Amino acid sequence: MSQGPEEKTALLETPWPDEPPVLGPGQSFGSMTDQISDAVLTRPIGLGWLGGLAIGMALLALLGAAVTYLFLVGVGIWGIEIPVGWGFAIINFVWWIGIGHAGTLISAILLLLKQSWRNSINRFAEAMTLFAVACAGMFPVLHMGRPWLAYWMFPYPNSMAIWPQFRSPLIWDVFAVSTYATISAVFWYVGLVPDLATMREKATHPYTRMVYGLLAMGWRGSARHWKRYEALYILLAGIATPLVLSVHTVVSFDFAISIVPGWHTTIFPPYFVAGAIYSGFAMVLVLAIPIRHFYGLQNMITMRHLQNSAKVMLATGLIVGYGYFFEAFIAFYSGSTYERFMMQNRWFGPYAVFYWSLILFNLVIPQVLWVPKIRANTAWLFLISLVILVGMWLERFIIIITSLSRDFLPSSWGHYVPTRWDYAVLAGTLGFFTAAMLIFIRIMPAISIFEMRTLLPESEVKAK
Amino acid sequence: MSHPALSPAIYGLIAEFDTSTELVEATRAAYAAGYRKMDAYSPFPIEEASDALGFHKSRVPLVVLMGGLLGGLSGFALQYWINVIAYPLNIGGKPYDSWPAFIVPSFEMTILFAGLSGVFGMFALNGLPMPYHPLFHVEQFSRVTRDKFFLCVEAADPKFDIVDTQRFMESLKPVSIAEVPH
Amino acid sequence: MIFDNLTRRMEKESPNKSEAICPGKLELAEVKEKLALAKSGPQYWRSLEELAQTDGFYEMMHREFPRQASVWPEASSRRDFLKLMSASLALAGLSACVKQPVEPIVPYVRQPDEMVLGKPLFFASAMPFGAYATPVLVESHEGRPTKIEGNPDHPASLGGSDVFAQASILDMYDPDRSQTITYRGGLSTWSEFAAAIKGPLNSQRAMNGNGLRILSRPVSSPTMASLMDAVQATYPESKWVQYEPVNRDNVRAGSQLAFGQFVETRYNLDKADIILSLDGDFLSSGFPGFLSYARSFAARRNPDLKEKMSRFYSIESTPTNTGGKADHHLPVRASEVEQLTRAIAASLGAGGGETAKPEHQKVVAALVKDLQAHKGAAVVIPGDNQTPAVHALAHAMNQALGAVGNTVIYTDTVEAKPTMQVAAMQELVADMTAGKVDLLIILGGNPVYEAPADFEFAKAMDKVLLRVQYGLYKDETYDHVHWHVNGTHYLEQWGDSRAFDGTVSLTQPLVAPLYDGKSPYEFIFSLVGSSEVAGYTIVRDYWQGTMTGGDFDAAWRKAVHDGFFAKTAFPAKSVSARGGIPAPTPAPTAGGKGGAPDMEVIFRRDAMIYDGSRANNAWLQETPKPVSNLCWDNAVLISPTTAKKRGLATGDVIEIDVNGRKVNGPIWPQPGHPNDAITVFLGYGRTKGGRVADGVGFDAYQIRTSDAQWTASGKITRVGSGYGFADPQGFQYIDYSDLPKGTEPLKNRHIIRKATLEDFIKNPNFAHEQEEPVPPELTLYTTTSGEPLYRYTELKWGMTIDMNSCIGCKTCIVACQAENNIPVVGKEQTMRGRQMQWLRVDVYYEGGTENPAMFYQPVPCQQCENAPCEVVCPVGATVHSTEGLNDMVYNRCVGTRYCSNNCPYKVRRFNFLLWQDWTTPQYKMMRNPEVSIRSRGVMEKCTYCIQRITQGRLAAEKATPPRSVTDGEVVTACQQACPAGAIVFGNLNDKESRVSRIKAQPRNYSLLEDLNTRPRTTYLAVVRNPNPELESEPS
Repeated sequence: MSQGPEEKTALLETPWPDEPPVLGPGQSFGSMTDQISDAVLTRPIGLGWLGGLAIGMALLALLGAAVTYLFLVGVGIWGIEIPVGWGFAIINFVWWIGIGHAGTLISAILLLLKQSWRNSINRFAEAMTLFAVACAGMFPVLHMGRPWLAYWMFPYPNSMAIWPQFRSPLIWDVFAVSTYATISAVFWYVGLVPDLATMREKATHPYTRMVYGLLAMGWRGSARHWKRYEALYILLAGIATPLVLSVHTVVSFDFAISIVPGWHTTIFPPYFVAGAIYSGFAMVLVLAIPIRHFYGLQNMITMRHLQNSAKVMLATGLIVGYGYFFEAFIAFYSGSTYERFMMQNRWFGPYAVFYWSLILFNLVIPQVLWVPKIRANTAWLFLISLVILVGMWLERFIIIITSLSRDFLPSSWGHYVPTRWDYAVLAGTLGFFTAAMLIFIRIMPAISIFEMRTLLPESEVKAK
Repeated sequence: MSHPALSPAIYGLIAEFDTSTELVEATRAAYAAGYRKMDAYSPFPIEEASDALGFHKSRVPLVVLMGGLLGGLSGFALQYWINVIAYPLNIGGKPYDSWPAFIVPSFEMTILFAGLSGVFGMFALNGLPMPYHPLFHVEQFSRVTRDKFFLCVEAADPKFDIVDTQRFMESLKPVSIAEVPH
Repeated sequence: MIFDNLTRRMEKESPNKSEAICPGKLELAEVKEKLALAKSGPQYWRSLEELAQTDGFYEMMHREFPRQASVWPEASSRRDFLKLMSASLALAGLSACVKQPVEPIVPYVRQPDEMVLGKPLFFASAMPFGAYATPVLVESHEGRPTKIEGNPDHPASLGGSDVFAQASILDMYDPDRSQTITYRGGLSTWSEFAAAIKGPLNSQRAMNGNGLRILSRPVSSPTMASLMDAVQATYPESKWVQYEPVNRDNVRAGSQLAFGQFVETRYNLDKADIILSLDGDFLSSGFPGFLSYARSFAARRNPDLKEKMSRFYSIESTPTNTGGKADHHLPVRASEVEQLTRAIAASLGAGGGETAKPEHQKVVAALVKDLQAHKGAAVVIPGDNQTPAVHALAHAMNQALGAVGNTVIYTDTVEAKPTMQVAAMQELVADMTAGKVDLLIILGGNPVYEAPADFEFAKAMDKVLLRVQYGLYKDETYDHVHWHVNGTHYLEQWGDSRAFDGTVSLTQPLVAPLYDGKSPYEFIFSLVGSSEVAGYTIVRDYWQGTMTGGDFDAAWRKAVHDGFFAKTAFPAKSVSARGGIPAPTPAPTAGGKGGAPDMEVIFRRDAMIYDGSRANNAWLQETPKPVSNLCWDNAVLISPTTAKKRGLATGDVIEIDVNGRKVNGPIWPQPGHPNDAITVFLGYGRTKGGRVADGVGFDAYQIRTSDAQWTASGKITRVGSGYGFADPQGFQYIDYSDLPKGTEPLKNRHIIRKATLEDFIKNPNFAHEQEEPVPPELTLYTTTSGEPLYRYTELKWGMTIDMNSCIGCKTCIVACQAENNIPVVGKEQTMRGRQMQWLRVDVYYEGGTENPAMFYQPVPCQQCENAPCEVVCPVGATVHSTEGLNDMVYNRCVGTRYCSNNCPYKVRRFNFLLWQDWTTPQYKMMRNPEVSIRSRGVMEKCTYCIQRITQGRLAAEKATPPRSVTDGEVVTACQQACPAGAIVFGNLNDKESRVSRIKAQPRNYSLLEDLNTRPRTTYLAVVRNPNPELESEPS
C-alpha cells in the first residue's frame, strides 16, 4: 500500500508514549526481505517446531481414527440423542468458523480502513482463516447420519430431478461456508504471488526454485501488473468484508431461523459476528505471540499489533456481553413462557455451571485488558486469549445444549453427555490446525514481504 | 514517425535504479521522450509508476462487477426455477416462491462469482502465468523482487533505437544499463 | 470359533456328547422315498418338515453341516437356522420358506364397510392368555402372519387389543424359541420321544398312573378339558395340577367364601354410574375382560353425557393406569385395603365391621353416600391380588347395592376345572419330595423359575424319575428335565379357549410350525392315544362330538371364520352371597430374622412382561410401563416420602429381606405410592429366558412364598446406589418439580387442559380460555386475504385423541411398533434417549407426590400444517403431501437431525446406529412388507400409517364408479389397537366423518397452539367427575 508521507512517519514514531511503533528501527527493503524469507529458506528446523508438529500430527492421527470409527459405526458413538440432536460437532463448527473470521477481518476490513499495521500479521491471519475454515468444514459432513450422501446438499442435476431445500439454513451454510473458503483461499494466494516471486529468486535449491517459480506464475513486478493487482486486491477486500459478516450471520441463522427457545432470537447475527471476531483475535494472539518470539520477529510483529488486537478483543467482547444481556432481557420482555424458562434454565439448570463460567471467561476476565500494563504484557495477553477461546466454545455449548435439552414439552426433556469420541474429534481438529500452521510457516513467508516494504519511508516517491 | 523497422535483435534495454523516486522520474522522462512500449518494475506497487506509463485505468473492476451480477442473478434464478417451476413442494406451508429465503444463497453466489472472476480476470489481463520472460535473462533483474527498481524500454517501440535509446537512458543516471536478449 | 462354543455348550448340556451328534448312516433310498412322497399334492409342504424330521435327515445333516445342525439354538448363529432350512428344502429339490398348514383355514372375508382393514388377508383366531382367550384378527402376508388386531365381532375384543396380543407376533418369530426336541440336551426327534415315552406310560397304566403328574397352566379349552378327562380315565390316580404364578386363587377363595362355589364375576361398566375399585386393576392388559371393560368404561366417561358420566373411586396400593383414571384416588397399603373394605361394607350393611382410619373417614362417608344414591348402578371391583375377604365383601356389597344382574353378572367359571392352584402345587411338591412321582410332565409354564420360593420346586422335581417338559423355550426348567419337546405358538396351532364371558374362541394356525413343534393338544393326545394325530383333527373331532344334529361343517366353517362359536357365552347364574362376615384375614406374617419387618412388600405382575413368560419379547421390554414410564427394568417402587424418610434416592439399590429370603433391587420413588410399602414386580431376573430376557431386572420370585403371594412384610436396607434406569419420559410433573424455586411454572404451557364435570357443564369452552390467538399477519409471506396458502381440497387427514378415554395402557405403542417395523434399541440406548417408538404416551402428575392426579397423553407426530421440521431440512427429505401429511422420505434423508431439533413435540426418531436386524431370517418373515426398513443415519417418525392410507385410497379409486375414501375406511394401527377407542382418524374434508365431528367439540385443542404449527393431531381436554362433597380431594 502506498500512503501519504505523514502517515508513514506516524507509523515509525510513537504517537503517544504507550504506543509502540509497527516497525522496529533500522529496516531496509533488503534486510526485511531477507529476514522474512530466510525464516523459510535458510533457518534450520528447530526442535520446538518439530515437537509442535509431532503433537499436531499425533492429534491428527487421533482425528483419523475417530472419523474412521464414526463412519463405520455411525453418529451414535457421540453423545447426541433426542432431544439434543446437535452436540460437539456443531459447537466445534461454529467455534472454528468464528476463529476464521479474524483473519479475513484483518486482511480485508483493516485493509479498507488503511490500517497498515495489519501488514505484518495479515498473512498468517489469513492462513489461520483457511485452516480454521477447513476444520469447521469437516463437521457439517461428519455430523450427518449418512455422510456419504453429503453431496446431496449441492444443487446438481440428477435423474430424480430433486434439489436441495433452499429454505433450510443448512443449505445457506453450504453456500456461505464454501464461498468463504474459496474467497479466503484466492485472497490468500493472490497476496502471496509477489512474495512467491521473491522466494523464487532467493531460493538456492533448483527444485525449491521451480516450485516457488511455478506458484509465482512468472510475476515480475511490472507497474501495469501492480496496477491491476492493486485494483483486484482492494476489490477482493471489498467483497470479502460483507462476506465475512454474512458467513457468521448465516451460521447464526441455523439457530435464529428455528423455533427452539434460546435459538429463535433476532439478536443472533450481530452477536455471532462479534463473537466470531472476538475468538478470532484471541486465536491471532495465541499464534502471533509464540511465532514472533521463536522467529525473532519482534521488530515486525510489534507490541503495537498485539495491543491493537487486545483493543479489538476488548471492544468485541463488550458487544458479546451486550448480546448476553439482551438475550436475557428479551427472554423476559418477550412474555413467552418458553423463553423465560429457557433463561432460568441456563442460570439454574443442569448446565448452569457452564453458563456462569462462560460469563466469567468472556465477560469478566477480559475486562483486565483495560489496563495498559496488561495489554503490554505478552504472557498476560496469551493467557487471556486462551481464556476467551475457551469461553467462546462454552458460549456455543450453552446455546446449543441447554436450549435443546429442555424445550417445549417437559415429557421429552433430556440430558446431553458427550462421549470420548466427541472429545477425540475436537482434539483432532486442534491437531490438524496446529500441524497446518506449523507447516505453513515453514514453507511460506509468514509475513507479507511486499506489503512490509511499503511501510518503509524509502517506498515513498518524493516529489521534486 | 515511421522508421524502417528492423526486426530488433534484442527485447529491449533495461535500466536499474535504487529508489522508487528515481524510477518514477526516469519513467516520466522516458514517456516525455515519446517512448510508449516500456514498463517499470518494482518490488512493491507504486501508483506513480503506472501513471507515469500513462496506464491509468484497469478493467479489473468491470470484470468483478460482471461476475458478481452473473452470480447473483443465476443464483436466484436457479432457486426460483427449482422451487416454483421445476419441482414445487409444500414445505412447512410456505409459498413456493419464498424469496426471502433465497436471498442468502443468491448473495453468496454474487460474492463467489465476483471474487473468482476478479482473480482469473486479473491474471488473464496480466498475461499470467508466464513462466518465461526475456527480462529473466538479465542477471540483476532478479533483485526486482527484493530491493531494486527497473525501467525497460522495449525494442518493439517505434522510437526505439539501440544507440539513441541507450544514450537517452544513460541520461537518467541509472545504477546500470543492460541489453535484454530475447 | 462357533464350534468351540458349541462343544462347550454341549458338554454343559448333555453328559454324553455322542448322543448329540447322531451316529448312523443315511439310506439314500429313504430320502428318495420321502421325496417321492413329497411330490404328491397338498401333503407336499408338510412332508418337507417330515423329511427334515427323519433320523436319516438328521444324520446326513450332521455330516453335511455338522456345525449348523448342532448349533441351532446357539446365540452366535441364528441365521444358520434358515441356511439349514433352505438346505433341507434344497435336499428335497425345492426352494421355499413360507409354509402353509394343510388343513383348510378360513380367511376373514366379510369386511363391513366401516372397517376395511388395510391389508390383504385377515384370519380370526384367539390368543390363549392364562386361562382366558384374547380374540384376535391376524394379518397375513403371503402366508406370513405379520400383525395382530382385535376381533371386532367378538364380545371380548370389540376390535380392541392389548399389549400382549400385539406383541405376540414377535413371540412367534422369536429366534430364541426352542426349535428342537432334546433328550438330555442332545438332539432327538418326535418319533424317538414317542417311542421312549411308551414304556413309562405303560408302566403308569399298570399302576393306574399314580406316579404320573401333569403340571399345566389353567385350562379353559373345552378340547383340552376333554383330554384331561381322557388322561384321568387312562390314569385314574394321576394328578393334573394347574398353576400360574399370577394366579387368581384369591378370587376363587373369595367366591368360595361368598357363595360356597367357584363363580366367574363379570362387570357391565356401561351400566355403572359409580365404580369403586378395591385395588382392582381392571384397565390394564391381562385383567380378564380388560378389552370389553376398557371400551365400556371409556364410553361412560364421555363428559357430553353430562351427569350420566360415571364417577370412579379408586382405592389402590400400587399406582396403576387404572387408578390414574379415578376421580378420587386413595392410595393405601395393600394390607389396609381389607380394613377399608370392611368399613365400607359395614356402612353399606353388607357385613364387614371395623371403622376406617380417621384420615379416610371423610372419603368413605362420601363414597358410601354416593354408592347408596346409585343403587343398581354402582359396582365394586376387587383386585385379583386382594384377600379372599375383600372379594367376599365385594360380592356382598354388590348384592347390597343391587348391582347383581345390572352391573355385575355371575356365571360359571371360564376355567374348565378351577382349583386352588397354590395348594395343588404344594401337594405336587410334597408328592415329588416324597418320591411318589415317577413321571412328571410339564405342559407349559416354568415352575423352576416361578413356583413359590418356599416350595424349592427344582429340588423336589429332581427326585422324579422321568421329567418331560413341553414348552416354547429351553428355560430355567429345561435344565432339570430329561426330555424337552418344543411346542407351537398359538399362531402355529389349532385350539380353542374361552373368553372372559365364556365365549368359545377358536385358534387357527396361520403358518405351519416354524420349528416343527407339537401343539399341546397333539402332545397330550400322544399320552392317551396315537402320537401322530394332528391337532386339527383333535379339536375338530371334539366339537363334532359335541354337535347334535345340524350341519356341523357349516357351523365349523362359520366358527373358524368368525373366530368363535356364536352364543357360547355363559348365561348369568343366580347365586346369592352367604351372610356372615368372613373372619378378618391375619395381617401378613411378621418375621424376618433380626428386627421386626417395617416395610410392606407388595408383589405385582409386570404390566408388560406379565409373569415373566413374555420376558424375551423385546417390544414389551422396551414399552414404558403404564405409570412410571420405565422400561427394561422392574424397579422397586416406593413412595417419595418413605424414600426420603429412609434416606433413599432414585437408583439406590436396596436389599429386600422377607423372612430371611433376600433379593436386591433398585428403587424408584413413585408418586402416588402408599407410604411404608414397596412394590416389586414379578417376571424379571431371568437366567435362561433368552437373549432379551436374561439379566434384565431382578427376580422377585425369590422372595415370594406360598403364604404371602401378594403381600408380605419385610425389611429393606440400602446396599448400593447409582443404578441407572431407562425412563424415556424426561419429566413428568406439571405443577411441581425439582426445578429451582421461582422457575417459570410449566403449567403455563397448557399441555394438559382439564376441568371438573361441573365446570365443563358451566363452561364447555374451558379448554380455550388461556389461548392467545396467533395473529395471521405474523408471517414473512403475504397470504391472499387471510386464505390459507394451501387448501387441501381432496383428502385432508386428521386425528383426535381423547385424553378422557385414554387409559394409558400403551397398547397403541406396541401396535405402532409392529405395524411400522420399528426396531428396539435396548436399555443402554434408551437411557441415552434414543428410543425409537414413534408413538409415546406421556404421563403427567399434578398435585404433590403423595396422591397426584395422573394424565395420559399419547403423542404421535402432530402432522403440523406449518411443519417446523420441513423448513429446516436441507435436502427436502420431509415435505408436505397434498393430503396434509408431513411425509418423511427415508431414502432422501442425510441425517442432519435438524428436523428433530426444530420439532416442538419431539416426535421424530433417529437411527443413531444400525438398529434394524438385517440378518435374522425370522424377523425378515415378520416384518410388514408395506413399510420400508430404515437403516442407520436416517430420521423416522409417525406417518399416520401412510401405507394404510394409500391402500384405502387405492381401494376407493379402484371402485366402480371411483368414490372417495369413506369414513373409517382407513384406520391407523394405534386407533385400531386402542381398546378404549380414544384415537379417531379420518378425513377432515368430510364434515360427517367422526373426526370432523369430534374436532368440532369445544374440548378439542391442539398442543402448543401458540406456536402456530397448526397440528392435524388434536386432543380432547380431560374432564374429571369428582364428588362435589370431596372437592378438597385431588381429582
